[in-house]
Amino acid sequence: MTAENPAAQDTGAGPELDLLTRLDPEQLERLHHRLEQEAAATGILDLVFTTTDTPVGTLLLVATEQGLVRVAFASEHHEHVLAGLAETVSPRILRSPVRLESAVRQLDEYFAGRRRVFDLPLDRRLSKGFRAEVLHHLPAIPYGRTESYAQVAAAVGNPKAVRAVGSACATNPLPVVVPCHRVLRSDGAFGGYLGGPEAKAYLLGLESAA
Amino acid sequence: MKPFEQLVADHGPTVLRVCRAVLGPGPDADDAWSEAFLSALRAYPELPWDANHEAWLVTIAHRKAIDVVRRRARTPVPTDQLPESPSLLGIPGNDDDELRQAVAALPLRQREAVALHYLAGLPYAEAAELTGSTTAAVRRAAADGMAKLRAFYRRGQQPAADVAAPDASEGAIR
Repeated sequence: MTAENPAAQDTGAGPELDLLTRLDPEQLERLHHRLEQEAAATGILDLVFTTTDTPVGTLLLVATEQGLVRVAFASEHHEHVLAGLAETVSPRILRSPVRLESAVRQLDEYFAGRRRVFDLPLDRRLSKGFRAEVLHHLPAIPYGRTESYAQVAAAVGNPKAVRAVGSACATNPLPVVVPCHRVLRSDGAFGGYLGGPEAKAYLLGLESAA
Repeated sequence: MKPFEQLVADHGPTVLRVCRAVLGPGPDADDAWSEAFLSALRAYPELPWDANHEAWLVTIAHRKAIDVVRRRARTPVPTDQLPESPSLLGIPGNDDDELRQAVAALPLRQREAVALHYLAGLPYAEAAELTGSTTAAVRRAAADGMAKLRAFYRRGQQPAADVAAPDASEGAIR
């Protein structure tokens, strides 16, 4: 989403056209904001997104009308994530920080150690079947506590599906908010994490300190 | 298919230039821009994957801008043929008097030709198709429009001491 410098465009037509090509970036920002509002009001805006800076890097937050549908780490490449959602959900996507204000606020509170439970509407359409069952269970693991992949497999009624629990956590579309970071290997090792091992260590450290 | 946000980021500035060239800077151009992107967002999922996004958006924006011209004139025009006459309609509430005068001084056909060819980068043939004109007529209208803007620009520059400073035209202005 890199915008060209809207003030400068070489039209090759000479200085007189600079009169017409000169644009105020704030004006484009105002028009964008108006588009967000009008598109949402007419019900043709399927996905909205924003980004927020956190101690584990810049997170991409994406929501549908129903709620938060995707949280992505920078390591997942936000543009790839949005391109994927354009294919699987809808290409009617606009940046709209206003619509994600409460998600951003709750994440800020969480990273400041002032929030233990997220209270956000979630749209879980990106997880299916057994993976969805696993992800539904995760918020039951209390803040500051952990479970092993085997314990989670047992909790969702399929004790042998330890590897499947691992892959459910590894493909969690809503990391941080749905706490897959609270699931560890039975030997106490971290196991993998979408946002990288440092991010998982940071989140567990944050929660154990509070 | 790209997220629609990408189209707004990539082509929003060009579309605004087209709207402003046809309507002058101000609320009318903003309305045309907004209506164009709203209508594009609605139709976007059905757009063929290999469509030229900029040409598509410029086409929609041009249509919306002409709608505004017609609304402004308050006289419904029954055909696609638009009267070729200087804008006597006034362009309210703008913040750039110089640009307003330059653009408003051009007949609509010339404004369209300059906007579509020079600002949106469409070949004369495509600009002609879009405006229901011929390649030769659009070429002539664009050249005439540019000549008038050039003359206007020179007039505007004359009070300044260094008229011919060649670098004054490079890069961003103001």
